[in-house]
Amino acid sequence: MERYEIRLSGSGGQGVILASIILADAAIEQGLNAIQTQSYGPEARGGASKAEVIICRDEISYPKIRKANILLSLTQKAYDKYIGSLDRDGLLIVDEGIELSGNDPIKAYRLPILKNAIEKFDTGMVANIISIGAIYELIGEDVIHKDIMIRSISERVPPPTVQKNIEAFEEGIRLIRGYYE
Amino acid sequence: MNDKGYKLVQGNEACVEGALAAGMRFYAGYPITPSTEIAEICSQKLPKLGGKFIQMEDELASMAAIIGASLAGVKSMTATSGPGFSLMQENIGYAAIAEIPCVIVNVQRGGPSTGLPTSPAQGDVMQARWGTHGDHPAIALTPNSVQETFEYTVKAFNLAEKYRTPVILLMDETVGHMREKMTFKNISQIEIVNRKKPSCKPEDYVAYRPDEDMIPPMASFGEGYRYHVTGLTHDETGFPTNSSHVSEGLIRRIVDKVEKNIDNFSYYEEYRLEDAEIVIIAYGGVSRSAKSAVDELRKQNIKAGLFRPITIWPFLEKQIYMVSQAAKEIYVAEMNLGQYSLEVERVACKNCRVKKINKVNGELITPEEITEAIGGSYEL
Repeated sequence: MERYEIRLSGSGGQGVILASIILADAAIEQGLNAIQTQSYGPEARGGASKAEVIICRDEISYPKIRKANILLSLTQKAYDKYIGSLDRDGLLIVDEGIELSGNDPIKAYRLPILKNAIEKFDTGMVANIISIGAIYELIGEDVIHKDIMIRSISERVPPPTVQKNIEAFEEGIRLIRGYYE
Repeated sequence: MNDKGYKLVQGNEACVEGALAAGMRFYAGYPITPSTEIAEICSQKLPKLGGKFIQMEDELASMAAIIGASLAGVKSMTATSGPGFSLMQENIGYAAIAEIPCVIVNVQRGGPSTGLPTSPAQGDVMQARWGTHGDHPAIALTPNSVQETFEYTVKAFNLAEKYRTPVILLMDETVGHMREKMTFKNISQIEIVNRKKPSCKPEDYVAYRPDEDMIPPMASFGEGYRYHVTGLTHDETGFPTNSSHVSEGLIRRIVDKVEKNIDNFSYYEEYRLEDAEIVIIAYGGVSRSAKSAVDELRKQNIKAGLFRPITIWPFLEKQIYMVSQAAKEIYVAEMNLGQYSLEVERVACKNCRVKKINKVNGELITPEEITEAIGGSYEL
């Protein structure tokens, strides 16, 4: 397995930090190494919010991301700020509301994350979990077992919303699978 | 928790878990970024364990409160960052001369003053040694991972209890805020040290009469042992004195009880040092970058290695001297303008060249900044 350097970005309150914690948690439950860091300070409240996860079989020394190989952006502002730090061979997942600059990697997925969160789940709150589903589908079941991912989600979201979040996770997987069909 | 017992934990959270495992049951503090999670988690966990959490009006009072609680026999801690650490200095000196065990956590951020509240720095290294006035003992430990934060918080309490002195856990924002795996396995087998108590009757107790190990047994207030505690220079009874003879003896004893025992708590890591000609010295968050840099330099056939002090005070003079005898060049990488490097120069300058890699912009020094300073390259 390669080394995954995943950057999740959006605006404060969209839950990208929780999404990063769930990903790192699942990787460790799987027996891999993972490090999660996040942006603190004023930018974490309303502006561009950023979280990072490194997943690797080997020990991880330097805890920060230099070149991300997966970038998730849920807002235009976050996309504009972080697209430059995505590896040319990396994978890009953005909400479909984002205008791409044209300076993107070959594998770019523009997905109706925010729209489906509201239309299918009646709440924008699950956009982060739909995003995890999309990222997970790109990482693959050979890296982290699906039941481990679902367990990590279930343990970290509010108990009454577990079922809804698991369905949101499946929605993210579906969005990637159906993307090139 | 996975089948190997690993769990995703934040550095600040690991500090609290370590403190609780060591027996901490009193926390007083004034929350400050990037240490706030320590206060937050203590406020949630301590009451459930029969402990006490109190948010004080400021850091002077926080430090005073943990000294009082410790005198009453309870293992006590506070946590802060640079601005609060400055305010604690006066009472840290009080704890040193009155020989009161306690643990002060400083999760360093950019300074001086309120500086860069959410960014990492290592600018308080000298303050951890000389922040309070007068000659005094100083023990400071610097973890570089979540697991180590847990382990060295326990050790900080053990050293405070054993040597009856304030101990500083000198963290940085990088280590305090990151989440990575940590194991709670073997938690029941951790060595816990408790302060030495008097075995004599209360009426025979002379509060500051040291045993042969230079450390006086410590009675808890409320157990019938009545004694006087002061920040003034005092004799064995604890009452103030102007005697030059007693003063000289007291200051030398409180310094010696720590410094002459340094071999018992010289914690450090050596990485690829066996044949290293270039030695990087780094601690805390920066040492993680340094480790990546060493691996990269080795790929380019540059014989590099890392010496990582965990016990940052007292200075690991013996170990650094030995490193300098084998090395051609030492590079000290730290997120300040050169603090630990001053001590390294003092000890190593006769044996090899000592160079500095410094950064004070609120960002962690990167592995490539280290490799480039040394003359190698770094492929991303």
